[in-house]
Amino acid sequence: MSTSGKEPVAVVGIGQTKHVAARHDVSIAGLVREAAARALADAELTWADIDAVVIGKAPDFFEGVMMPELYLADALGAVGKPMLRVHTAGSVGGSTALVASNLVAARVHRTVLTLAFEKQSESNAMWGLSLPVPFQQPLLAGAGGFFAPHVRAYMRRTGAPDAVGSLVAYKDRRNALKNPYAHLHEHGITLEKVQASPMLWDPIRYSETCPSSDGACAMVLTDRAGAARSPRPPAWLHGGAMRSEPTLFAGKDFVSPQAGKDCAADVYRQAGITDPRREIDAVEMYVPFSWYEPMWLENLGFAEEGEGWKLTEAGVTELDGDLPVNPSGGVLSTNPIGASGMIRFAEAALQVRGQAGEHQIPDARRALGHAYGGGAQFFAMWLVGAEEPGR
Amino acid sequence: MPRTGPAREVAVVAFAQSDHLRRTDELSEVEMVMPVLHQVLDRTGLKAKEIGFTCSGSSDYLAGRAFSFTMTLDGVGAWPPISESHVEMDGAWALYEAWVKIQTGEADTTLVYAYGKSSPGPVRDVLTRQLDPYYLAPLWPDSVALAALQAQALIDAGETDERALAAIGARSRAAAGANPHAQLSGDAVPQGDYQVAPLRTGDCPPIGDGAAAVILAAGDTARRLCARPAWITGIDHRIEAHGLGLRDLTDSPSTRLAAERAGVFERPVDTAELHAPFSSQEVVLRKALGLGADVLVNPSGGALAANPIMAAGLIRIGEAAARIHSGASDRAVAHATSGPCLQQNLVAVLEGERA
Amino acid sequence: MTAAASSAGVLRAPLVVEFPFTRSLGPVQSAFLTGLRERVVLGVRTSDGRVMVPPVEYDPRTAEEIRDLVEVGATGTVTTWAWNGAPRPQQPLATPFAWVLVKLDGADTAILHALDAPGPEAVRSGMRVRVRWAGERTGAITDIACFEPGEGGEEPGAPAQGAAYDGRFGDPVTGIVAEARLDYTYSPGRAQTAYINALSERKTVGERCPSCHKVYVPPRGACPTCGVATTDRVEVGPAGTVTTYCIVNIKAKGLDIEVPYVYAHIALDGAGLALHGRIGGIPYDQVRMGLRVEPVWTEGGRYPDHYRPTGEPDADYDAYKELI
Repeated sequence: MSTSGKEPVAVVGIGQTKHVAARHDVSIAGLVREAAARALADAELTWADIDAVVIGKAPDFFEGVMMPELYLADALGAVGKPMLRVHTAGSVGGSTALVASNLVAARVHRTVLTLAFEKQSESNAMWGLSLPVPFQQPLLAGAGGFFAPHVRAYMRRTGAPDAVGSLVAYKDRRNALKNPYAHLHEHGITLEKVQASPMLWDPIRYSETCPSSDGACAMVLTDRAGAARSPRPPAWLHGGAMRSEPTLFAGKDFVSPQAGKDCAADVYRQAGITDPRREIDAVEMYVPFSWYEPMWLENLGFAEEGEGWKLTEAGVTELDGDLPVNPSGGVLSTNPIGASGMIRFAEAALQVRGQAGEHQIPDARRALGHAYGGGAQFFAMWLVGAEEPGR
Repeated sequence: MPRTGPAREVAVVAFAQSDHLRRTDELSEVEMVMPVLHQVLDRTGLKAKEIGFTCSGSSDYLAGRAFSFTMTLDGVGAWPPISESHVEMDGAWALYEAWVKIQTGEADTTLVYAYGKSSPGPVRDVLTRQLDPYYLAPLWPDSVALAALQAQALIDAGETDERALAAIGARSRAAAGANPHAQLSGDAVPQGDYQVAPLRTGDCPPIGDGAAAVILAAGDTARRLCARPAWITGIDHRIEAHGLGLRDLTDSPSTRLAAERAGVFERPVDTAELHAPFSSQEVVLRKALGLGADVLVNPSGGALAANPIMAAGLIRIGEAAARIHSGASDRAVAHATSGPCLQQNLVAVLEGERA
Repeated sequence: MTAAASSAGVLRAPLVVEFPFTRSLGPVQSAFLTGLRERVVLGVRTSDGRVMVPPVEYDPRTAEEIRDLVEVGATGTVTTWAWNGAPRPQQPLATPFAWVLVKLDGADTAILHALDAPGPEAVRSGMRVRVRWAGERTGAITDIACFEPGEGGEEPGAPAQGAAYDGRFGDPVTGIVAEARLDYTYSPGRAQTAYINALSERKTVGERCPSCHKVYVPPRGACPTCGVATTDRVEVGPAGTVTTYCIVNIKAKGLDIEVPYVYAHIALDGAGLALHGRIGGIPYDQVRMGLRVEPVWTEGGRYPDHYRPTGEPDADYDAYKELI
């Protein structure tokens, strides 16, 4: 297989909504439109410049609209154009961006708008996720009940001290204060407050869980010629990949799924990365519960197995550490489920464009965006850089 | 605008489908899909692990369960982990994503599958959930009602009449006599009563369950896997405005545009597999694609003989390809649709090399 | 295989998917639905002067945002129709009616709704119809009860067609609650049916993969790593090992279990992977990884109510770490 013939892909426009618990002032179309219009404005392009639209979101039951892209075609300027709808569970925001990037890389289209959203206030995510299936044992715990046993398994496997989870939450919530689009802005957050928050699904505390948000994120992806016209520095795609493994299987490693390792390895190979810890300047990873930061640090090759928590504990992943993780505040501060993956990808791109504002990592040249979903089975990642690849 | 674009030759090298049945209560989705995956792989001799990229199409709303595609992935054998994606669309668009993946050079072979179980739910009502949730969905206008509005518009415009529509249904089911997978076939299917006038039972698709799978391959790999590959010489898809009152229901500009971009009009086609769930929609599509009387339309019986929602569009591409494979066709157009009254349409041109 | 022959012995149960979705409207849809409540029909005017009713938020032709509200008539012309002889439960009228697209006077696009007419012979494209307002109006598309044949006259005063809407309504509607219920019939398929039937005899029966020989509990019809049907039925358990767990301190909706309790992954003896269950018969803070447990059934229960300690020594970590 040859990849040498691919068109370089650049991110030239990024837009997000201000993520909140409930956007009572807009329709679903109004929500997605806001992010899309901001992405176009950032790229200084108009609707007519867009060749195709690729949209993603999590299950249709969340808003109670089956295949909502049909209704959203008008709002996204897609009439008369190709429109694709991706759904790969929680990783969908990332997968959607990658499907869009492939359209450019394959030279099918020059400029593509990609967008992901969730308007969770239209229903209740736990309802959508746990429709009662006859004959099956009901879920015996809420959302965190699915993740908490895996966190305990990680702690047992690595001997990580109990406090590591609270350090992640404390960091991400402070980072979110520097991100005007983040949902949670917990002014006056302290480590003590995180550690004093109720233990919901022991070992997961309330402050270590993600919120439920209304939000959308959009990006404009374009080819080399489009990038040359970009009014602001583009982010260049250096590598992107998706990997899937089954939901449940004998021998599955929920703590460090093989699909995650393989996906990262593919991205690093494409990008020529041999030492991710040294060569990557910022990481936006999908951390819905705080302990997933040390778990993914290992899964993504930033730390040896069993050592991820030591990076967190030592402050390496802080905004001023040498491997900042989730400078935006991450999923722990903002979680419109279907959009969460794309926000990771977009925030990585903002970093290498130097457009991340107050949460900018100085001189970030290469950043990783990471998303995952389903039963820790679907992974989507991209690595973006400030320079065009191969130059 | 000249068509500069992707350069790799890509072909459908294998196609398989389930029998399409009114109910499949004895099978879970994965139990329905898995045998089809095995068949399509067997036809190429490929092992699942040799596939470069896998993409599927399905909808949670049909079966009433969120994340249903995560369960059907069990049938693929995704271990070691695979490069894989899913669209909440008809499998024809999964095929499109797979075609793009091959065009990037990142894969030489792709597995595409789609499935739909319409039997568990009231599908006419379920499809109302596709509509604008503020002005349309609260009225619960079902899929047959919307198609009937389109049919009446065609009749008013003098483009068809009820007899002509009945003939489309009858021709489709007669053709399906040669299709062992069809749900309805033969001359014995009565035109029946009005469902929503002017559409009678015979103008409407059967409701049922089914699955389909296709393997795409690039260049010499395709030639190695298939005696006569069905080359996809063009593929494109377009969407229209959502509101029915904003559109001319007697036409399908999105189909015409997609066909133009796919190169349908560059040379004549001998065969067309059209995803027209309602007889009246075949009238619209024939016009948009400029199909003359010399083109064989829906030799499989089309969606009027079997309409597993989310798979029926992919099946059109598979059926067209199968006719190329067998030598029955040299140049075929395949079409898939999504949304109310042909809102979104995909068109592919498939060609065989002449001996 | 035919559907009829396979119907016997298949498990089926109703699956109701129902939720009152809360939809916020945004300014244009808010104005339109508030107008309906006040028996006024509003449209939007696009930059090229077309009037769209119902008002869309974005012009499908140009993608422009449209905010220019105008008033149109409550009388219009049918552009196409379809006779619905057997209305479905949630549709606007319970008696046979026509679905219609109606271009209201002053509008350039058509609105979809129901037309109350005595029969299909009374309906044709081009006929004049007027809005029949619902008696109780809340700010929803159903405030138009339906259309009825005839010219206008019901609305208070002649509508100022094409006049700009001046925003005179108080108490605007900003959201709707969209009740949606769909009734499905769920069937679990071959493998899960066998599993469920065995459970009714208090046996846990998995299936073995003919290729990798792992035992799947519950069986889902396919070995997910080999992609082949699981075949041989294998009884596992009844005892097993807690591989990992969490302590639940928050009551989950619809579950009548006193908190705190332990939610555990349990690898039944002979199974290739863990299933999930609650641990009882031991204080929650004494549950540990490696604890040996057995199922406790209650009368009529479809599943074990919970698992309790067997009293055996804990399993060694190495014995179950591959099952976590």
